[in-house]
Amino acid sequence: MNHTLAELQSGVAPAADPTVKIAVKGLDFFYGDFQALTDITCDIRDNAVTAFIGPSGCGKSTFLRCFNRMNDLIIGTKHAGLITLDGQDIYAPGVDPVDLRRRIGMIFQQPNPFPMSIYDNVAYGPRLHGMKKKADLDEVVETSLKRANVWKEVKDILGRGGLTLSGGQQQRLCIARVLAVQPDVLLMDEPCSAIDPTSVQKIEDLMAELKSSVTIIIVTHNMQQAARVSDETAFFLQEVMGEPAMLVEFGRTAEIFTSPKDKRTEDYITGRFG
Amino acid sequence: MAEGLRPDPMPEEREATALSVRGDAGTLKLVSKATYFKEAALKNLFLACAFMAVAAVALIFVFVGYRGWPVFTEVGASNFLFGREWLPTQDLFGILPLFVGSIVVTIGALLLGTPLAVGAAVFLSEIAPPKVRSVVRPAIELLAGVPSVVYGFFGLLILRPIVADLTGGLGFGPLTAWIILAIMIVPTIATLTEDALQSIPNGIREASYAMGATTWQTISRVLLPAAKIGIVDAIILGMGRAIGETMAVLMVVGNAPGFFRGMGKPLSTLTSQIVMDMPYASGLHRTALFGMAIILFLVSMGLVLTVRLLSRFKEEGL
Repeated sequence: MNHTLAELQSGVAPAADPTVKIAVKGLDFFYGDFQALTDITCDIRDNAVTAFIGPSGCGKSTFLRCFNRMNDLIIGTKHAGLITLDGQDIYAPGVDPVDLRRRIGMIFQQPNPFPMSIYDNVAYGPRLHGMKKKADLDEVVETSLKRANVWKEVKDILGRGGLTLSGGQQQRLCIARVLAVQPDVLLMDEPCSAIDPTSVQKIEDLMAELKSSVTIIIVTHNMQQAARVSDETAFFLQEVMGEPAMLVEFGRTAEIFTSPKDKRTEDYITGRFG
Repeated sequence: MAEGLRPDPMPEEREATALSVRGDAGTLKLVSKATYFKEAALKNLFLACAFMAVAAVALIFVFVGYRGWPVFTEVGASNFLFGREWLPTQDLFGILPLFVGSIVVTIGALLLGTPLAVGAAVFLSEIAPPKVRSVVRPAIELLAGVPSVVYGFFGLLILRPIVADLTGGLGFGPLTAWIILAIMIVPTIATLTEDALQSIPNGIREASYAMGATTWQTISRVLLPAAKIGIVDAIILGMGRAIGETMAVLMVVGNAPGFFRGMGKPLSTLTSQIVMDMPYASGLHRTALFGMAIILFLVSMGLVLTVRLLSRFKEEGL
């Protein structure tokens, strides 16, 4: 494996453990003067589903948005510490956030298809990255919609507006749109909290299918969902209002849910607060 | 809970109702007469306000129609609308050159002003940092507040000599009017386009950026297409402003009621000709001027109607 310039500059060796997709070391994050996250260190495993759980406002989404540098778009944010993707510092000078976001796709809480046809929604990413031939686009659109578990429902109405679909279908359309650019990592920010149960089921199914090829990180408020879909779980907590949130416990989902090491994790998952 | 248009009880009443329900399970307190009266009075007051606006439009239309209608019977609709000569002294009342003049001036202004305005709107909505936005936006809105006679002055004294150098002649003509009108319609088109862009949910922007799109790709491939109906609306309303503008055009266009002969050659428009002739016109000439007003009225009505229809498209999500 060749070392990239960014690696050399940041002095990070390629991840020693090849099963680690994203490594976070001592991450602090600030909105202006407010520190939202403090000293977060964790390794996100490749080809697995990692769930971020914790009470509202504990910085899960903020943390998630560090991975594809969506926080860059918010004025006044800054961070300290290190995040690497395949051993490369994603915040190293010269790293193009646009290319990073192609490799790390994101699904949002509210389904947000573009106000254009279903086909154009899915073809958006490939077209951005230069795909022009109709046949190629047709194929990508079909494959992506199939992978997103929504092909059967939309295959005859590809020309219809994406916004005419139901909320759950829209969310799967958004997943197809992201999959069309073949990301390595899929960030899901409470993807199921605004949609119907049938679609939730379909999305959980597709997560299980996708994880062989994509690393998935999901933020969820639904603890049953975290227990069902994830291999690893990270529990975040902001103990005092106005103080930064921290990573309390991180480990195998089965262990976190059955024998948490930290009292606070236990209290949270047994529903004693939050 | 209120049913349909029935006035909702006032907050105090609602509280009282709740208390009385709690205190005595048998009776629900009725909405008092005073509340009904207040609600009804307010409803009628607002109705009257709305009615005044409609009545004003209707009255103007009736008045202009009444004064202008004879031109269609006495001069003849086709002689009036398609006549190629506007020579009131020889009883020739053809407004085609004036109509064409209005169109030429309007289209030119739109071609110059639209890119400028849409560009400014995109900058304000998508690119400008809040501090810059808080300076530029009021500046653009201020453009709308400048009296048109001031624009006319600016055109006459500053622009006209420059245009004269460029095109020869005196500089009175469509080119000068285009530039002035383009500046005048910028606030209309820019603010409405910005509104259209701002009404796009932020999730759409995030989705595009998260897909690895650059700012420019997001603007050109997602935001502008998403706002296109709003932008067309904005352009049509800008068109209405341009075609109806009188004073600034009058001061720079040259007011020669002939067909378009070149960017630097004097021209006249429906509006400017009405102002030029109104002080001395009498008889059929005066009637013809009202006839021109009818045409202007119909044109702007058509534009407003188009905007209405487009908005319906938008609601249907097409």
